Amino acid sequence: MDWGSIASQTLSALIGWEVVAYCLAAMGLNIHFGYTGLLNFGQAGFMAMGAYGVAMGISTFGLSLPVALLFAIAWTVFLALLLGIPTLRLRADYLAIVTIAAGEILRLFFRSASLSEWTGGSDGLQGSPVFTTQFKSLNPYSGGLNIGPFHLGQHTLWVVTVGWILVGGGILLTWLLMRSPWGRVIKGIREDEDAVRSLGKNVFSYKMQSLIIGGLFGAAAGMVIALANSSANPDNFAPQYTFFAYTVLLLGGAARVFGPLVGAVIFWGSLVLLDAVLKNAVGAGLIPEWLMNENQIGQVRFMMVGLVLMLLMIYRPQGIFGDKKELQLDAR
Amino acid sequence: MPAENDAPATGGVETTSNRAGARATAAVQALAGAEAVAGGSKPDPILVADNVVRTFGGLKAVDVDHVEIQRGSITALIGPNGAGKTTFFNLLTGFDQPDTGTWTFNGQDISKLPAYKVARQGMVRTFQLTKSLARLTVLENLRLGAKEQRGERLWASILPFLWRDEERAITERAEELLEHFNLVRVRDDFAGSLSGGQRKLLEMARALMASPEMVMLDEPMAGVNPRLRQTLNDHIRGLREEGMTVVFVEHDMDVVRDVSDWVIVMAQGKVVAEGPPEEVMAQQSVIDAYLGAHHDAPLSLEEEEAQLEAAEDEAAREAEEETS
Repeated sequence: MDWGSIASQTLSALIGWEVVAYCLAAMGLNIHFGYTGLLNFGQAGFMAMGAYGVAMGISTFGLSLPVALLFAIAWTVFLALLLGIPTLRLRADYLAIVTIAAGEILRLFFRSASLSEWTGGSDGLQGSPVFTTQFKSLNPYSGGLNIGPFHLGQHTLWVVTVGWILVGGGILLTWLLMRSPWGRVIKGIREDEDAVRSLGKNVFSYKMQSLIIGGLFGAAAGMVIALANSSANPDNFAPQYTFFAYTVLLLGGAARVFGPLVGAVIFWGSLVLLDAVLKNAVGAGLIPEWLMNENQIGQVRFMMVGLVLMLLMIYRPQGIFGDKKELQLDAR
Repeated sequence: MPAENDAPATGGVETTSNRAGARATAAVQALAGAEAVAGGSKPDPILVADNVVRTFGGLKAVDVDHVEIQRGSITALIGPNGAGKTTFFNLLTGFDQPDTGTWTFNGQDISKLPAYKVARQGMVRTFQLTKSLARLTVLENLRLGAKEQRGERLWASILPFLWRDEERAITERAEELLEHFNLVRVRDDFAGSLSGGQRKLLEMARALMASPEMVMLDEPMAGVNPRLRQTLNDHIRGLREEGMTVVFVEHDMDVVRDVSDWVIVMAQGKVVAEGPPEEVMAQQSVIDAYLGAHHDAPLSLEEEEAQLEAAEDEAAREAEEETS
């Protein structure tokens, strides 16, 4: 067992782009579900919109990076409006159904062979003109990061820098929003939207604002994924990524400003740690072949994370930051 | 709250057996000129409704030809379960859409307005099953009630200096109301941890934060112990003293007799009778409406109430089970 390399891998992963992406996606769900009570099961769809907005904006439509970013934001807002207008007037579960379907529609749309001329089909977008060229040219770093146990490549370091700035800004924004009277209305809607309506607040409009803001967080996560991989691939936006983001949110504690950050660090950190430990253990022959081989590590680590999550939900249902008393309050 | 200068806040005990505030006398005098028949006209109506019909499948839940509510009075809306009182409330406040019908509030047609706009016009309601916002503190519940806050706009919300002063003023008013409704002790508790009675008080206080002209209370006494009932009675009278118009749905006949200036009786969706409380409650048609026309065993008022309450509690429990 090489504990040094295990520690190095894990620690590097903690500041890596995956944590940033999960954190941003979960921050969006925190606005939706944690604060407003909107069940958005299509966060992967918003992530795809962000990724493809940038990738298609540059590669397909020949826009410059800033214009492509604006384009990605605009069509993410458009998606939120499209989903919200018919469903936000209805009961919460309708939004859940519509968003989960919309997420899949988007993924299959980006994947479809007949559109591959624009979207790259199932291979995704990575061909020329490469959409990360301009982003890479802005990279201020001349080399990668090699400090102590932390190792990141030059490009990843640049993505991660931008990503953590986004996370920081997002946390600040969430904090500002949720301590304001606007946030009070949003939290009121989570508790009972009819009561809020009876006090003269336009609940539909607030829910729409929440859906858009949370969706934009998702889009930011998608952009980070696309830039880090230098590819917008439909398989990065499968439905399970929505549920990973929910896992991250519940792990850290819903309706807590720092919940998504802590959740993302723990979620991704433990996955990478388990992966490294199991690989080492199998490699060193500590785990017998009949029990598990190297190809099964990927599945086993998810099984173990699932187990940890179950234990967490049983013994600490409010997440790391949550308040158990608050969770147990009469929902009405 | 308009007219804060007159009638010092009803702090509880001193008005317990005292109906005769200045506004009470005024309301009774004004209503002396009203016709005590179903759909009768009032000298100074704040709300006028015409031809309001709401059907659920084949059932006509509400079928009100004409009804007027006198400004500055306390009007009780009574009737057996299923008479359409709450549905009528929902329609008037924009929480449900009628098949037909129009109504005006202060002379303005509000029958097509969504619920939040009705509230902005000055007609604020409470709910039969109390809607306290459980995971907000009591103080936050009240602050939420204040209308048209600048900080509730998205762009302004992230710039605290734009709404800090307003927030301070709102908090001050909230503190006054907490004091008035005897909720100061639980100021920073989650609303979800309050008792049923306290939630009723909270809901009423929160409605007042919106500075309504007319308050619609849907069963303000349901599930409240007798002592707190007395307090709530006083609070309802206090609303009138502050110049508000109150309409409330109630099953407790003692409360109705004690508090209201005018009673409207609904049965099977229609307004079947109205008039001053003593007169209305003596009418055969009202007794029929409550007990069914061919009810053979004459019940005492107390027994009748007990039955009604039992049925009501059961309904409330069922509704609760459904919502939870």
